[in-house]
Amino acid sequence: MKQDNAIEIHNLNVCVDDQRILKNINLQIPSHKITVLLGPSGCGKTTLLRSLNRLTDLYKELKVTGQIFIDGEDILKPRNDIYEIRQKMGLLSQKPYPLPLSIYKNVTYGIKLKGVKDKKLLDYNVEKRLQEVGLWDEVKDRLHSSPDTLSIGQQQRLCLARGLAVKPRLILADEPTSALDPHSSKTIEDLFKKLKDQYTIVVVTHILRQAKRLADHAVFMHFGEVIEQGSPDEMFSNPQSPELKKYLIDGN
Amino acid sequence: MSRRKAIIQYFSQGWMMIALFVILLLPLIIGIALTCKSGPIFRLCGLDELLFSSIWKPTGGQFGFLPFILSSLYVTILSFIFSAPVCILAAIYLTQFASKRLISFMLPVIDILAGIPSVVYGMWGILIVVPFVGESLAPFFNVNSSGYTILSGGIVLAVMCIPYVLNMLIESFKTVPNGLVEATLSLGATKWESIKHSVLRKCSTGIISAFGLGLAKAFGETLAVMMVVGNVVQISGNPLEAGYPLPALIANNYGEMLSIPMYDSALMLASLILLVIVMLINLFFRYLIYKTQKR
Amino acid sequence: MRRRKRIEELFFKILTGLACYSLILVLGYIILIIFKKGINMLTLDMIITAPTGGYYYGGEGGVLNAIMGSLYIAIGATVIAMIFGVPAALFINSHLQHKPRMQGFIRYLLDALWGIPSIVYGAFGFMVMIMMGMSASLLAGIITVAFLITPIVIRTFDEVLCTIPRGLHEAALSLGSTRTQLAFKVLWKQGFSGFITAVLLAFGRGIGDAASVLFTAGYTDLVPQYLDEPAATLPLAIFFQLGSPIPEVRNRAYAAGIILTVIVLIISVSARLMSRKFSKTNLN
Repeated sequence: MKQDNAIEIHNLNVCVDDQRILKNINLQIPSHKITVLLGPSGCGKTTLLRSLNRLTDLYKELKVTGQIFIDGEDILKPRNDIYEIRQKMGLLSQKPYPLPLSIYKNVTYGIKLKGVKDKKLLDYNVEKRLQEVGLWDEVKDRLHSSPDTLSIGQQQRLCLARGLAVKPRLILADEPTSALDPHSSKTIEDLFKKLKDQYTIVVVTHILRQAKRLADHAVFMHFGEVIEQGSPDEMFSNPQSPELKKYLIDGN
Repeated sequence: MSRRKAIIQYFSQGWMMIALFVILLLPLIIGIALTCKSGPIFRLCGLDELLFSSIWKPTGGQFGFLPFILSSLYVTILSFIFSAPVCILAAIYLTQFASKRLISFMLPVIDILAGIPSVVYGMWGILIVVPFVGESLAPFFNVNSSGYTILSGGIVLAVMCIPYVLNMLIESFKTVPNGLVEATLSLGATKWESIKHSVLRKCSTGIISAFGLGLAKAFGETLAVMMVVGNVVQISGNPLEAGYPLPALIANNYGEMLSIPMYDSALMLASLILLVIVMLINLFFRYLIYKTQKR
Repeated sequence: MRRRKRIEELFFKILTGLACYSLILVLGYIILIIFKKGINMLTLDMIITAPTGGYYYGGEGGVLNAIMGSLYIAIGATVIAMIFGVPAALFINSHLQHKPRMQGFIRYLLDALWGIPSIVYGAFGFMVMIMMGMSASLLAGIITVAFLITPIVIRTFDEVLCTIPRGLHEAALSLGSTRTQLAFKVLWKQGFSGFITAVLLAFGRGIGDAASVLFTAGYTDLVPQYLDEPAATLPLAIFFQLGSPIPEVRNRAYAAGIILTVIVLIISVSARLMSRKFSKTNLN
């Protein structure tokens, strides 16, 4: 069976001054699966994730070269509609960053940017997205209050709902559970497993157990390079490279 | 611990406490002293007459502070109108769009400009602003003006306050976490939408406070304003007329203060009004800042 | 939609950039004008001689009286501000370390104190001076300016002290030192860069302030010798000379303006350099 890929990365390099953060990354990310980027801190996995929706643009000192194909388009080409590209991806960062708006407006923020003004459609979206992340029952009575009153775990789910509202095809998650307690972490992980039918999910983590729990496809990175990739069962039971062997021993 | 050490310990601790205590009591002491000193004038006329009468004849025993208070408010508000938009736009540019090089160059420059003495700004006002207002702006509106006007005062004050306010705005904008900007961008916002919705909104209290504290500083500023504002006791809505702000009143008349009855008392009252207004503004906006920092 | 967004973004980028660069231009222009106006009159005589008989009619002389007066007042006031400010800042960060609410409240008050206009300090100083039967003098000026700059010393020093990690406090206390020893031995050393910045900042503010010394220090053409003599200050010298109808005298005010600006510039630049230098050595 031919596997279709949501993202194809060719020869991606990211440099700051003379230092190379990412070295010749070649990677295919399969669609409707959870791909886990695993590796020790500082190995460049977060940078790789940021390159995918060009948040690297924010840091002028970063030089990005190479190609990233999403839907057959090279997103690294200079272009004006980068906002639309970003709307194809929902981002979940290490800490939840709810916008300084009400819960309701947090969810509708992205849709409104697209120009949707219909109140009914907005209401429908808020309910649907919040239900998708299992937050609806918890917040339906205080939709117009500030998200500051929610717990960190709830805020993170709100951020996920906010990202889903723009109907992305990808979810990019950068250590999404690192600020959460074990219970909220599990909720997020379960959500990912549920959501992978509709979305392609890329998760960055440095926690080996989480990678094992979540991954359909695992990528191990070390000092800016992809060392190994493949199905997690194979990779973790039979590591080929000395780096991964060491990581597996230390991680357990 | 030896006896000698214990004594040193005792004294240094006492000294620290006394020093802090004295400093913290300072505004109270100043307030009480000024109130006591301005006491006699209240026996002459009531507070409402002092604050809302526009007749100022110290030799005749008439002390109406209204022209001075209005002048002060007028220059302060003008300076706010001139400086606020520039400050906020420049702060946005420096923190959001500018290169790292520009901002690391600008931060010390702003600091240094904030430290330049007010008399130097006043001098610049006399050299540039006064002739400009008197010789170019006033004839344009068909007004005869010396150039020593409320408007000149407002312009000089605005320039003086810009480094001060800009500094606070930049501090405030810097506290916005990168993640928030990234979150809005990843939802498809443009850079400007992201600034508008995340940075400006998140910093709303910071912005208001920076402006408030800038206003307080402008209100109490003495020398620079006094040098260009004309110092004529009158009430006028025209910014091309001269004015006479409160601080200038105090500074100009300390010499005669002791030779005219009640005059010293009146000037102390002027200082008290100044102190109370500035302290209240400061306490309020500082409180706002502390409130938001805690969260 | 997309087009409108792009135009909006471009518009604001240009607008904010315009505001920023015009600001730089205006502020640069101010400095330029002041230097251009006064540079011709700036002679060595301006700096090393006091006014002679006909100075205020355009005769010989300089502003040495004001330079010395300003330096004396600023140095004296800085010393007093240090004596009160340094222990106060140390106290906030040692003895009150375990009472964060108290700390917050004190910092809040100090910040508000920083905002009191200098003319109010001047009026207050004048009143106290009269009450004590003193006349306008170097001492009265020093004390008034000291009031003005002590909050600055405390808050600036405190800003650096409060970044010292809690672990260091705990380490010192667990080794058996008292909180006072912690303050004067550990915090003092660790926060030394902050101390330097605080002192220089306060000194710069003290030397440039005019409204507070207007009533209290008086004015004289002589370089003050004793604390009970009146003293001229640079800002006031500039201010009075600018009021003169004689162009010659006014031009000298511009030159004096350069002297004052240069002194303040030297102080703030060296404050930056020194604080950088000392905070580096602290790391080792």
